[in-house]
Amino acid sequence: MFADYSMSELGAIFAMQGFAGLILFSVFVLMALGLAIIFGQMGVINMAHGEFMILGAYVTYLVSNFFAAFLPGIFGIYFFIAMGLAFVVSGGLGLFIEWAMIRHLYKRPLDTLLATWGLSLILQQLYRSIFGAREVGVTIPDWMMGSLPLTDLIEVPINGIFVMVLAVGISVAVYVMMFRSGWGKQVRAINQNRVMAGAVGINTEWTDRLTFGIGCGVAGVAGSAFTMIGSTGPTAGQLYIVDTFLVVVFGGAASLLGTIASAFSISQAQSIMEFFLSGSMAKVLTLLTVVGILMLRPQGLFALKLRK
Amino acid sequence: MNKMNDKFLLRVEGLTVSFDGFKAVNDLSFYVEPNECRVIIGPNGAGKTTVLDLICGRTKATDGSVKFKGQELLEMREDQIVHAGVGRKFQTPSVYEDLTVFENLELSYPKGHGVFGALTFKRDEAVKSRIKEIAATIFLDGMLEEKAAYLSHGQKQWLEIGMLLIQDPELLMLDEPVAGMSVAERKKTAELLNRIIKDRSVIVIEHDMGFVEDIATRVTVLHQGKTLSEGSMERVQNDPKVIEVYLGH
Amino acid sequence: MKTNTLFPRADIIGFAVLAVVIFLLLPAVLDSFRLNLFGKYLTYAFVAVGLALCWGAGGILSLGQGVFFGLGGYCMAMFLKLEASTPENTAIQSTPGIPDFMDWNQLTALPWWWEPFYSLPFTILAVVMVPVVFAFVIGVAMFKRRVGGVYFAIITQAFAAILTILIIGQQGFTGGVNGITDLRTLWGWDIRTDEAKEILYYVNGVLLFAVLFAAQFVRKSKLGRLLIAMRDQEDRVRFSGYDVASFKIFIFCLGAAFAGIGGAMFTLQVGFMSPTLVGIVPSIEMVIFCAVGGRLSILGAVYGALVVNWAKTTFSESFPELWLLGLGGLFIAVVMLFPNGLAGIWSEQIAPRLTKLISKNTNPATGQGAPAE
Repeated sequence: MFADYSMSELGAIFAMQGFAGLILFSVFVLMALGLAIIFGQMGVINMAHGEFMILGAYVTYLVSNFFAAFLPGIFGIYFFIAMGLAFVVSGGLGLFIEWAMIRHLYKRPLDTLLATWGLSLILQQLYRSIFGAREVGVTIPDWMMGSLPLTDLIEVPINGIFVMVLAVGISVAVYVMMFRSGWGKQVRAINQNRVMAGAVGINTEWTDRLTFGIGCGVAGVAGSAFTMIGSTGPTAGQLYIVDTFLVVVFGGAASLLGTIASAFSISQAQSIMEFFLSGSMAKVLTLLTVVGILMLRPQGLFALKLRK
Repeated sequence: MNKMNDKFLLRVEGLTVSFDGFKAVNDLSFYVEPNECRVIIGPNGAGKTTVLDLICGRTKATDGSVKFKGQELLEMREDQIVHAGVGRKFQTPSVYEDLTVFENLELSYPKGHGVFGALTFKRDEAVKSRIKEIAATIFLDGMLEEKAAYLSHGQKQWLEIGMLLIQDPELLMLDEPVAGMSVAERKKTAELLNRIIKDRSVIVIEHDMGFVEDIATRVTVLHQGKTLSEGSMERVQNDPKVIEVYLGH
Repeated sequence: MKTNTLFPRADIIGFAVLAVVIFLLLPAVLDSFRLNLFGKYLTYAFVAVGLALCWGAGGILSLGQGVFFGLGGYCMAMFLKLEASTPENTAIQSTPGIPDFMDWNQLTALPWWWEPFYSLPFTILAVVMVPVVFAFVIGVAMFKRRVGGVYFAIITQAFAAILTILIIGQQGFTGGVNGITDLRTLWGWDIRTDEAKEILYYVNGVLLFAVLFAAQFVRKSKLGRLLIAMRDQEDRVRFSGYDVASFKIFIFCLGAAFAGIGGAMFTLQVGFMSPTLVGIVPSIEMVIFCAVGGRLSILGAVYGALVVNWAKTTFSESFPELWLLGLGGLFIAVVMLFPNGLAGIWSEQIAPRLTKLISKNTNPATGQGAPAE
């Protein structure tokens, strides 16, 4: 199958395919970060995670329209404001949901799964009623359009680079929050020993709520970033949820580094296979491989042996 | 099998387990004879419960060997170890709260343990009379139809002991059997244990020294995952090393 | 012991009431179109009964029951499709004698793994065995390594996603997103007529009762009590000398077999099979049938399947946008407010009052009713 291509063309194809894989990697990382916080640190399965991302995307859509209508002069920077707002709105909804629903279900993980699935259905229907069933796209600022020619044959789209930069930035931010802030220390303490953490004066209830809120907020930011490379529909969130969970579980639920490593391996495997096979078969094989490895090593890629 | 093997029911040799670098049990060896009552004592974190976990297969050892009647237990699954004749009582009472006392005992009855066996298990007269007999031994004969959830803490402990008795193990391992009991319950339990340890080997973890003195054939003192001292209660009590780390406190 | 008998009195009454509902009440009040719909709902009840055993009793939540439903359904659909694709019926195709969708996708010969489905006995065997073997492989891999709880749920959900993508992607072999349609006869018997649909409804009912009896047998055996014990105290069960994994594998396979039968009956009753019945969404909806009925109750599971689907049809006909909100709310309500579902409401609220009422009316002389059991 390679006979039709010259060496340089082949190199360019691999480079572009690799770049496509990097964008997919960024997307996975963005999706998985929020979930890694909520599932990895709290052990809570949030099936509505995808809908929190979509909420961020819709917020971005609204902000973009607002700027286009009222502040066209500074349209170029609307995205940064939208991203902040997406964090606040998704995070705020997260806080509310934790208070109204999740906190009553901490001891029943399977029930949490079902309840949050119900929440995801409700959110989907609300999006459909408010924004319509059709997918909506945002207007991308001029500076993000076009592509950057690296060589004669290799071009990379600027919005793709932007999403990659965002993924790196948000990963660093989450890392700093988890491992350098007082909140992060409290979250990790609770994860290790809830009773003890409570006994030494950590407000576990509030920390849980904040953790859930921050996880949802990060999901909102991820959704906001996605508007740069694709459009948004009411049911788009559901498409992500399996991938996202597999990325987090595959990485070893409690490990941030593991999440990023697993996002990288899954995205690269999928985009390389996509070159040889049809998209659906590449997806099937990737998922099967991940599930197969998880069956052999259920604790994921990165996990410690702990004393019970 | 040589003579050495015949003398001991359980041979623990070089047993080691490490959790992420921390050795909770470190190169531990001890031997238990038939009909011996061995008591393990030691300060918190000495690795007492971990030793029982390793013998009954709940925790996987990093190194060493545990031979029970010549069989290597470290290579067996928990249920296979049970069938080999090792019974284990946990520290906190662990019974089936949603089931009745009768059903709790019935599940422990050593018959019908495969999938097919469990499907076709019949509650015949032999089963019923055995359960009644055990229930009488553990002071619960009037409560067979009661859900285990409604029992008192002490009664749950008894029920769990009963669930072990019905298995009729050759080696019985008890983790703090009188912890958390009222004085009256404690007395009754001591009497019960004294009765049931007669025809089998027993390993007990216990803090109550009066109780230990009462039942122990031999005592092993654990400290930081290693044997600090071993012998009769009297010998151990007078061992200066033991006094320093444990009894002296 | 009264708990050891297969049918305590309350259960006999429950089975009898359900039999009256399915075999007398519904056929009497429903027209043939609605009865056919309820026939479809009954096929979901098979899955729900299996879930009541796996999830309710055993604590194993599978979000991939659609996979087994689909595998059973596709096995049956393959047989029916082959029967419908005679060379005479498909004379206009470029390759007559193969299913139409294969011809559309430029296939010129029947794939080898379709061949055995010319045989009805093989198909009936496959309807049960394909899901069971698949469940067995998943079960061995997961339960032997002690993976359970939410991990198991996520992995089974991933399988639902994988199978859907695979079916849609391989449309030359599977009929793709449309599924396998235009099914006509079962061994020459036309399954499309109103009369056939009505007969199939009763066949569904009879098979469902067979499955319910099997489930009742399992539940009342020692294995049933072991499942409950395992759900709450898995470690203890191991130290009572049981290989926990083999029991989980068994019950998961049994649930898969039930789902496979349900899927095959769906194909017969409705006349097609498609990936929309396999994926993540239908799989998790099957869980809600069971949850609404009361996850512990096999009879409740049947009512759950009937009630939720009937509500779905009714609402989606008149207020399609309300249905998703309603379904979402149902998920949340059943988890947070009624964790034991309809069966719980019956046994905690209605039955005690009913007993009181009856004993008051029938026992005025003795002055006291039978103590509530």
